Amino acid sequence: MSFVELWRRHDFGEVARRIASKTPADVRRALGRPRGCVDLEDFAALLSPAASPALEDIAQAAHQRTVERFGRTMRLFAPLYLSNACANVCTYCGFSAHNRIRRKVLSDAEILADARVLRSHGFDSVLLVTGETGRVGREYLSNALRVLRPHFSGLWIEVQPLPQEDYASLAVDGLSAVLVYQETYDAAAYARHHLRGPKSDIDWRLGTPDRLGRAGIKKIGLGALFGLSDWRADAWFTGLHLRHVETVHWRTRTAVSFPRLRPHEGSAIPVTPFGERDLVQATCAFRLLSPEAELSLSTREGEAFRNRAFRLGFTSMSAGSRTNPGGYASAPESLEQFEIDDGRSPAEVAAFLRSQGYEAVWKDWDSTYDGFAGRREGAAAPVALAS
Amino acid sequence: MSRDPLIIAGVEFSSRLFLGTGKFSSGETMRLSLEASGAQLVTVALGRVRTGGEADDILGHLDCARYRLLPNTSGTRTAREAVLAAELAREALGTNWLKLEIHPDPKYLMPDPIETLLATELLVKRGFVVLPYVHADPVLCKRLEEAGAAAVMPLGSPIGSNLGLESRAFLEIIIAQSRVPVVVDAGLGAPSHAAAALEMGADAVLVNTAIAAADDPVAMAGAFRQGVEAGRAAREAGLAGTASGRDPALASATSPLTSFLGEAAS
Repeated sequence: MSFVELWRRHDFGEVARRIASKTPADVRRALGRPRGCVDLEDFAALLSPAASPALEDIAQAAHQRTVERFGRTMRLFAPLYLSNACANVCTYCGFSAHNRIRRKVLSDAEILADARVLRSHGFDSVLLVTGETGRVGREYLSNALRVLRPHFSGLWIEVQPLPQEDYASLAVDGLSAVLVYQETYDAAAYARHHLRGPKSDIDWRLGTPDRLGRAGIKKIGLGALFGLSDWRADAWFTGLHLRHVETVHWRTRTAVSFPRLRPHEGSAIPVTPFGERDLVQATCAFRLLSPEAELSLSTREGEAFRNRAFRLGFTSMSAGSRTNPGGYASAPESLEQFEIDDGRSPAEVAAFLRSQGYEAVWKDWDSTYDGFAGRREGAAAPVALAS
Repeated sequence: MSRDPLIIAGVEFSSRLFLGTGKFSSGETMRLSLEASGAQLVTVALGRVRTGGEADDILGHLDCARYRLLPNTSGTRTAREAVLAAELAREALGTNWLKLEIHPDPKYLMPDPIETLLATELLVKRGFVVLPYVHADPVLCKRLEEAGAAAVMPLGSPIGSNLGLESRAFLEIIIAQSRVPVVVDAGLGAPSHAAAALEMGADAVLVNTAIAAADDPVAMAGAFRQGVEAGRAAREAGLAGTASGRDPALASATSPLTSFLGEAAS
């Protein structure tokens, strides 16, 4: 069954009600499950209001699971915004097509300039980000991957949903992982916030992880933009999606991010409350649902929160992020997608982690996993494997 | 008994106990045992079936209107042999259901994973409903699922050993990630083993030796039936968490992790 079909079998409002009806006994049962045996009903209990009084216990369990699986490590990565051009009109995003901002698509030289800055900070994995428009389609991304391949071991993208064959082709160009956030699984809220452009097609977006899995992409990142609708139900549907990917595309690694709505250029929109306590509850519930998923802590969160919350299930953090194209090297004047709230340099973040007994991990991937000879040799040519 | 019936290849089963038909001391004991077990699916070794239409000491005692037959390819050693056996079974028994069993090793009857995967691919293409008997190997089970297996039948312990769920840790992984029914096959020696398999989330179990070789096979068949029903009912009722599910470290957790968050849900 495709995820779109699975999604249609669950009514968003009904899921929200089911979560709201969970009891402290349901929460205790979920907490009593052995590692890896938390099911989606347990997950609903862990996300419920009934779990709030047990948050400390849930956090302790999530911390324990994380240390068992990952040790005391934190992967550091940085986004590299390649473009802010976008054909979509979305209520919450600074890149929305109706915003009168200077649009930019980085050239090879500009990409390399940003790449050099990120390398000098020590990053070995980058997340390439673009808006959604034909100008930054498969050909543009393919070129960007080729330009960056010699400089980074891990190349991730967070771009418009693409057809399966485009993903398969980008995998050959060196793509390591793809993040595609659903934003919300609530069809009514999705329609309210995605007013125009290709992104308004919810089914196409919902089906993206299935296309990624079929294309053999090695890591798939999911997430909801908390604040667009009922966060508990959105988190539950993200968990449903995660389980689906884990089960159907079982060779694929998974990651989950927890973006919260932040201020941006453009219209102010009503935001469903989703506070720091809620973010912690959601993250810890995900850790208990999936001991192995990478859970990512955004630079959108403030320094004070990140310094306390990083132990609570998270395994990766962005650091020193710039969310505008060319933001690291050349174009401080272009508008950012959203404001970041932790302005520390990557080195400062790493030093803080060390002071807490955690190791910052800069490299956890190798280009050989993507079929390329080691990048230090410079050539970055695909390895011809004897068939 | 069960809220959710078991469905394999579109066919619904209310009983989650499958029985083998070998090793019974007489056809009549087998017939009475099957009846006591409540089983609806029974395996028949192709090697023991008289395919020429003569009187048969197993089929002659089976009410074929009552039981769905699952011929097995026990005795074959390669994918090629298994495909030939499957075609013969389909013709002789009038069913495209097949328990794929390939064991080149006559001593322990260990299934050959490589030949089994290959045979599954071939047999699915030929229109068989394939239920492969395999080691409790999670990756192999996913590969078989992708090849089109209708269910997977991982072993609990060596066949005929009556040791129970020695492969528990691997069965748990298989059950957690399988998209087709998981039938624990081989090694279940007591009704408590069958109950434990169902509690763990297995969709069904297949038992032969423990019943056929019991002092009173008919009574033991009834006991297995109750074990399977109790295990499934417990699974559906939702087992309460156990002390072992909780980390001991939690009880003595050191510094609080969430005190920096305000108590008020923000």
